[in-house]
Parts: sequence; structure tokens; C-alpha cells
Amino acid sequence: MTTQLLDDSSEQARLDARSDARFDARSDARFDARIAAEERVEPKDWMPDAYRRNVIRQMSQHAHSEVIGMQPEGNWIGRAPTLKRKAILLAKVQDEAGHGLYLYSATETLGVTREELVEALHQGRAKYASIFNYPSLTWADVGAIGWLVDGAAIVNQISLQRTSYGPYARAMVRICKEESFHMRQGYEIMLTLCRGSDAQRAMAQDALNRWWWPSLMMFGPPDAESAHSAQSMSWKLKRQSNDELRQKFIDQTVPQADFLGIDIPDPALCWNASSGHYNFGDIDWSEFQRVISGDGPCNRERLSHHVRAHDDGAWVRETLQAYRAKHPARSAERA
Amino acid sequence: MTTEAMPLFEVFIRSKRGLDHRHVGSLHAQDHRQALEYARDTYTRRGEGVSIWVVASSDIVASQESDSASFYDPLDDKPYRHATFYKLPDAVDNM
Repeated sequence: MTTQLLDDSSEQARLDARSDARFDARSDARFDARIAAEERVEPKDWMPDAYRRNVIRQMSQHAHSEVIGMQPEGNWIGRAPTLKRKAILLAKVQDEAGHGLYLYSATETLGVTREELVEALHQGRAKYASIFNYPSLTWADVGAIGWLVDGAAIVNQISLQRTSYGPYARAMVRICKEESFHMRQGYEIMLTLCRGSDAQRAMAQDALNRWWWPSLMMFGPPDAESAHSAQSMSWKLKRQSNDELRQKFIDQTVPQADFLGIDIPDPALCWNASSGHYNFGDIDWSEFQRVISGDGPCNRERLSHHVRAHDDGAWVRETLQAYRAKHPARSAERA
Repeated sequence: MTTEAMPLFEVFIRSKRGLDHRHVGSLHAQDHRQALEYARDTYTRRGEGVSIWVVASSDIVASQESDSASFYDPLDDKPYRHATFYKLPDAVDNM
């Protein structure tokens, strides 16, 4: 009897496996056809596990970047040179929090919870943009961040408006609408400094010197060495390669630096008339690897600040939960 | 015999992949499943959609338009939140 049962169940398991495989193959083909036809993938669609994992990785990394990115700029809210600049910076940092929320919510459509995402960040399993591990030392850094970091983010995010995962693409459309303000306020700070005193110009130049190379690294490793690029491109999660986007950013930024009258810290930078693009020097990828793997100037500070803020906010979450437990009918009544 | 009015459901339709679900109207049905079928029959008879959401109208919590002045703050006094606030010279204005 026992043997018989075992045989039956293993036979059943074989049948199940075969039908699962047939189902997967059919679903896979449908998924591939959808991607090929430029259709968006929506939350309730069947999708390969690897695709789901990859979207969660990419979107949560993007969300974490928005949130951690508030720290270097938040550093200057209390020390902005005028009330106007302070109000602007405050509004910009608020926007970044909102962008993080759009992206976390879009990530949660894939069945992962906010708590899991935050935990992955705190345990160092999830990454965020390496650039936010650099310190914002002077007021000019606030200008450079808006101009270069948001400028680079825009290049990337415009491309992602056409990403294959629907909720991600829609979040990008919303975010891009707000980004232009961020970049322009940064450039305006740079322009004001560059049209100011020698000391102000020197401050702007110093900020460009420190932020230029990390901004180029924001696009990720060269295509040939990027761990996820080829797969993400074939899934149309990424629409343009790291190197293409980086080149686009350089081409748009060099004339902006020329207009400011400050120098991009790259002696190899020059116009290439035959390619129609700027040539640029070698990027120090060992620095990128060091910073992304946790050993940049501010990694520990950024993460410990986030953990502290999260822990400090625990009483709010606990209070909300206690309130809901005490007044289960309240929200229904009001409706 | 008098029958009780059936509950009301709000219907949202995604007209095409990649777009948001949009509210198209409402209908009465006995439960969610029936609402979904009625929504299909009523609102997608000419290929209007690829996906339908139905939500019990009683589950929708709405703000009141008459309260909008106090409920929303359009932040009109903060024009610097818009890109157009930053006047840049023509040479670099395309950002």
C-alpha cells in the first residue's frame, strides 16, 4: 500500500512536472512574444521568475537611491545661503522622497513587501546609486548635484519611460515631469556662482572636479563588464546600454560646462567630429567597485542614518497599528 | 416580493497595456465576480479594454470637492517648484 502510494505520487509528480514544463514553455513563449511586440508587462501577467527578480532588484535599487539621495542634499537645508535657496532645496528633497514612494509602490506590485525591501537595504543586500556615498562639502555641491547627478538621472529615466514593466514605466513618466526643476535649480546655482567672485568660481570648479567622475559612474560599468546589462536589454527592462547613456550625458553636459566657464577635469576630453561625440578619458572603475561594495567616503554614514531614521520612526508605525486595532470600524464608517 | 437593491461597483478599465486603469462608470451586481462579468458585458463591448478592475463603491473613500480649498494646497505661492521658474540663457535653456 505504502509502496503503491509512493509509486502513484511519484508518477503524479512526473506528470505534474511535465505539465508544469509545458505550461512554462507556453507562458515563456507568450512572454517573449509580448516583449518582442513592445507590449508592457503588467503585474498580474505571468512572467519568468528571473524577470520578476530582476525588476524587483532594479526598481528597489532605484527607490533606495531616491531616498538615500536625500541625505547629501538634506545636509545643506539648514545652511542654504538664502531663504529662497532653502525653500527650493526643501521642495527638491521632498520631491525625492515622493519619487522613492512611487518606486517602492511600483515594486510592491510584484508581491514583495516594503518591509522586505527596507530590510534588504539595511542588511546591505540591496544597493543604491554609488554617487550618494560622496560627501556634499560646500554649497556648490548642491548646485553640482542638481546639474550633474539629476542631469544623469534624467538621461537614464527618460530611457526608462519605455521599460517593459508597466508600473515602472508609468512611475518614470511621473518622475521625469518633476526632474527638470531639479536640474535647472542646480544649474542656476552653478551659474550664479560662476558669474560671482573668484572664490565662488573656485568653489564651483571644485564641486565639478569632485562630482564629474562619480556622475559618469552612475550609468554603471562598461557594457562588456556589466553583470545584468545584456539580460536587462533583452527583456527591454533597459532600453539603452550603460555606455550609450553615459555618452549621451557627456555630450549634453560639456557645452553646459563651457557656458559656465569651468573645466571638466578630464584632459582627454575632446570633440570627435567623425563620431559626432565627445571622446573622454578612462574611468577609474576600481573606485566604482570600492564605493558600490561599501567602502566609499560615506557608505557607513548613509546606511546608519537610514537605519536610525527608520528605528526612530517605529513608534509612528506602532501607533498606527494600535489605532487600527482599537478602532477597526472607524475607516469603514467614514466611507 | 420586493428585492433589495444590489450593491454598486465602480469599474476601471485598462484600454491598453502600459496605460493606467481608468474609471469608466459603475454598475449594480450581487458580488465581485458578477460585477466583473457585467463590466465586461457593459463596458467592453467594442474592444475597449484589456483588463478590468471592479471595486465596491462603498469601499471608495472620496475627498469632497467643496473642501478642495482647504484639503489641497496647490502651493501657488511656491512657483520655484516648477522648471519654468528658472530662467536660463538660451544657449543652455534646453534642460
